[in-house]
Amino acid sequence: MMEILNHILTPEFGYSVIRVSTPIVFGTMGAMISSRAGVFNIAIEGIMLLSALLGVLFSAVMPVWIALFLTLVVAGFVGFLLGFLSIKLKSDIFLTGIAFNMIAVGGTIFLLYLASGQKGVSTSINSKVLPRVEIPLLDKIPWIGEPLAGILSNHNILTYLSIVAVIVLYYLVYKTALGLRIRSVGENPDAAESVGINVRKTQYIALIISGVLCGFGGAFMSMGYLSWFSNNMVAGRGFIAMAANGMGGATPVGGFLVALFFGFADAMTNSLQLVTSIKIPVQLIQMLPYLATVIGLVLYNINKRRKAMRIKLMLEDKNK
Amino acid sequence: MNKNAKFEILRTSMAIFIAIGISLVLIILVSDAPLVALRDLFFGPLTSLRRFGNVIELTIPLIITGLAVSLIFSSGQINLSTEGAFFFGGIVAMMVALAIPMPSYIHFFAAMILAGITGAIVVTIPAYLKEKTGSSEIVSSLMLNYILFFLGSYILYYYFKDPEAGINASYLFPDTFRLSVLVPGTKIHTGLFLSLISVFLGYIFLFKTSTGYKIRMVGANKMFSKYTGMKVFKITLLSQIVGGFIAGVGGAIQLAGMYKRFNWVALPGYGWDGIIVSTLAKGNPLYVPFAAFFIAYIRTGAAIMSRGESGVPPELKAITQGVIIILIVAQQFLAKYKNKMIYKESKLEIEKAGGDQ
Amino acid sequence: MGKDILKMEDIYLIYPNGIVANQNVNFSLKKGEIHALLGENGAGKSSLMKVLFGLEQPQEGKIILKGEEVKITSPSVAIEHSLGMVHQHFKLVPSFTVAENIVLGVEPKKRIFMDMDKAKELSLNIAKENDFHIDVEERIENLPVGIKQKVEKLKALYRGAEIFILDEPTAVLTPQETEELFNQLTLLKEKRHTILFISHKLDEIKAICDRCTILRHGKTMGTYETKDITKEEISRLMVGRDVVLEIDKTKAEPKELVLNVKNLRVKNYLSKEVVKNISFGLRAGEILGIAGVEGNGQSEIVEVITGLNKTYGGDIFIKNKDIKKFSIKNIRDLDLAHIPEDRMTYGVASDMDINSNLIPNIVDDEKYSKRGIINKGAIQEITEHMIEDFLVKCNSGAQKVQMLSGGNIQKVVVAREIYNKPKIIIANQPTRGIDVGAAQFIREKLVELRDGGSGILLVSADLNEVFELCDSIIVMHRGEIAAYFDDISKLTENELGKYMLGIEKQKDVGGVAYE
Repeated sequence: MMEILNHILTPEFGYSVIRVSTPIVFGTMGAMISSRAGVFNIAIEGIMLLSALLGVLFSAVMPVWIALFLTLVVAGFVGFLLGFLSIKLKSDIFLTGIAFNMIAVGGTIFLLYLASGQKGVSTSINSKVLPRVEIPLLDKIPWIGEPLAGILSNHNILTYLSIVAVIVLYYLVYKTALGLRIRSVGENPDAAESVGINVRKTQYIALIISGVLCGFGGAFMSMGYLSWFSNNMVAGRGFIAMAANGMGGATPVGGFLVALFFGFADAMTNSLQLVTSIKIPVQLIQMLPYLATVIGLVLYNINKRRKAMRIKLMLEDKNK
Repeated sequence: MNKNAKFEILRTSMAIFIAIGISLVLIILVSDAPLVALRDLFFGPLTSLRRFGNVIELTIPLIITGLAVSLIFSSGQINLSTEGAFFFGGIVAMMVALAIPMPSYIHFFAAMILAGITGAIVVTIPAYLKEKTGSSEIVSSLMLNYILFFLGSYILYYYFKDPEAGINASYLFPDTFRLSVLVPGTKIHTGLFLSLISVFLGYIFLFKTSTGYKIRMVGANKMFSKYTGMKVFKITLLSQIVGGFIAGVGGAIQLAGMYKRFNWVALPGYGWDGIIVSTLAKGNPLYVPFAAFFIAYIRTGAAIMSRGESGVPPELKAITQGVIIILIVAQQFLAKYKNKMIYKESKLEIEKAGGDQ
Repeated sequence: MGKDILKMEDIYLIYPNGIVANQNVNFSLKKGEIHALLGENGAGKSSLMKVLFGLEQPQEGKIILKGEEVKITSPSVAIEHSLGMVHQHFKLVPSFTVAENIVLGVEPKKRIFMDMDKAKELSLNIAKENDFHIDVEERIENLPVGIKQKVEKLKALYRGAEIFILDEPTAVLTPQETEELFNQLTLLKEKRHTILFISHKLDEIKAICDRCTILRHGKTMGTYETKDITKEEISRLMVGRDVVLEIDKTKAEPKELVLNVKNLRVKNYLSKEVVKNISFGLRAGEILGIAGVEGNGQSEIVEVITGLNKTYGGDIFIKNKDIKKFSIKNIRDLDLAHIPEDRMTYGVASDMDINSNLIPNIVDDEKYSKRGIINKGAIQEITEHMIEDFLVKCNSGAQKVQMLSGGNIQKVVVAREIYNKPKIIIANQPTRGIDVGAAQFIREKLVELRDGGSGILLVSADLNEVFELCDSIIVMHRGEIAAYFDDISKLTENELGKYMLGIEKQKDVGGVAYE
């Protein structure tokens, strides 16, 4: 037990929580904005995977920032495409999203092979990573400075951007006209339509933003978290993000906190594997984040139902 | 045959043609020897018994998961745990195979039944959680797949791993567990019969029994089903149980037919393939073998193509399959044509009826 | 009063499913008047308003606004033309504040952000100008219905509306709230706004409207000065019968009580009591009508009798069995059939074939499935008979229901429900929106069943139907029984209309059970 605590109560552990949370945070924000507009982006996983590969491929032949930009453009386009199929062509958005994810799994391997002749890993491609950023002066704070810097400083720039994304989305959703419209479209499309808001257009916009956010998450995977692309490297983070969004009540801050929790579970998985005193099977540890997701999802929904029930009872009481 | 069925066939074939068209364009774009690639893709599987055997070997699990998904989706649940049920069915079959010695036939049979029961339980969980707590069955079933994978891997590595195998794999299966080869020179095994029997039974269940009828009704319109007095939740669960059972059985058949030992180090993916097969078969078990054969054929062709000199990786198939699904589920794809047809038909009908109002 | 500000000429609207909603409707509004639009449900009022507000495109006809022809292709175009609509089902976002709902779509901005303070200020100003007292920072979900309606009006005012369309605004209001609404409307009128007021309630129309236009079966029945027309005349114009199709029907011979409803009380989803302590009984061999303008508690009564809603006060006995703990299936097993109001949601699975839609009630019978296996021959036989007997026009039973016309879909529903001659039939608007031929056919079938000894509870807003079919009748008004007639032949249309519209009410009609 002590050994586990020794692993967790270190700046390194805090650092790794933030690091592994980054893609989940981006994915969660992507899920948040689309679900707020009443369209369920189930292709988050696939868009992240595609973006991870594109980041590698683009950055091999062009400056890393342009590569990132192009990756985001493509990711946003995939979001648009999902919208086109589900809104315009009236496809089942779930099955379409599943198909997108399938195409992404096979398609990335296909593309990687075309580009490098390699299958599975992109180590032969000379791709670039996005820079890390040191927060100045943080370690100069007395007492807590050193560990704080250990946790917060020297992350990949996209990690900081993920936190910026949460803040930006908070303002977008709650403080701008577009946010108001997105929320109205998701909550009561009839109301939006009755005041002349173009429901479809608003949903397209939300899906494009969602795609771009997933693009950030994917780019982080191969240009920050790791410095290469490997087959199916997103490994369910897109789906976990969907769950995190549900548990976070489709709010930016709520989703962010749940995403951090999943990041914590993920980091625990890595740390527990280093613990030698108690032999916990590695597979059971790896199972934890997913198990936590299901349990969290169920508890969240039970709670939501209870609340709805309480409100209903309250209304009935009032009526008597 | 009525017009609607005709239209659906037309639409499905159009989807397949367009998807193949896209593949052709991709092949021509990427390959140095596109003609060789096309020859390998389309005719490769026919060039030797072993290759055609590969097609059939792959068709077997696709039939089973395609059938399972058709049943699971038939009551309107988008439950994606077929993948986990198939994998964990395999784990349970392995446990029975290695831990409990039994005589021939009985051994496989017992393993298969237990795998099926496991699959049924697995697939029922998301539907149950959905009804009781309102949790999205999509998310919970996806998570369940990962949980089952790690749990299965744990069981494999800690209790059944053969240290002398050199790879992460179980001990060798006893002969009492293995299915016999049907066609010498290939690995086509008796599981083919089992899968076709399952399809037949699945079809009977879904289309010839009153329970199957109710399941389809619930899938088509829950409110209507409730109004006619059906127990909607019970019927939904039943469809999950039957579909899950078949998925679990599939894991056992695949293991006993194709493997000497358990060595899946990742989710095998047949559950996802089942979604493709089922979508292509429009959820009708009777069409599942054809859809499974089609998918197995292009996959085998893609594999042959990639081994050849053409330099086209086999993952091309994923793009082809994804495009097919997208086009099939796009209701408005060719909808103008369909609307015209409906309009003509109803106008005819009004004329027949005497045209009142 | 000014000159015509809005004219709708020869509006002709046919829905894709063939229902004719408006036929050559002519209608005009004068600037600064309150104009009532009257008509039964299904008379085409809502359709006409949808045309005006750009939600439906008419096949023929013109809309002339301030002397110029306009094409209203969407709600935003309607808003641009200074039209404002207060929908019956509010178009508000529950989690938003009042101010957010008011400015939605035309938000004040401060650089890239929304200027929330400005939004509050503007909302407050517009409320003050119109003498509305309202907290603009409260969330819609926490507000009572009357205030929500005010928000809808403020939305329209904020967008500069000059012509207001109010779709049955009083249907959801308490008497006090109604009074307040009338004060506001008078105020708006003084400010030279034009108001189009849709309602069934004659008292209200007499109270505040200057003119009224009456619609019946999709056609205009004329425009009148309200002061020159009596309530009785209005009700005759609204509910009068156009064509009288006679059905051969002998006098009923009622027998034992098959359905007994005692002190029934039902609340709707808003916890508002919509059925208020009513009692009645249905006897075998009679058709008991429940007449009334829609939304006066009829649908709720049907829901509890058929088991779709299990929360009610009082008791319901079917064949002397208390059904409080009975499932839908248990109730159906008492030989009760239900022809539902909402055909496409409860009546059919439109994606499935006709045969599948015909058999859910019988599929478990031994004759049609043995040990769970469906007896295809027997089913084929009975469905063929059903299709034949009920004149369902189709290529074959394998055709999908969605390919049929409305009348034929309803025949499928009716065939399924009454083919086996059930003892009790609950028929809710059985012929709504279908062609005359199919309607007549269904009505004849119901009479046939009555003669065979079935008890039929017929809920209908169609007076033709009520008079043709019913032996006895209950009239519902605001969740209460306004009148009961044991013999409908003693009742005239005019009288019935008065009870339906609440002009008159019988005293002490609570207990109608035949005990």
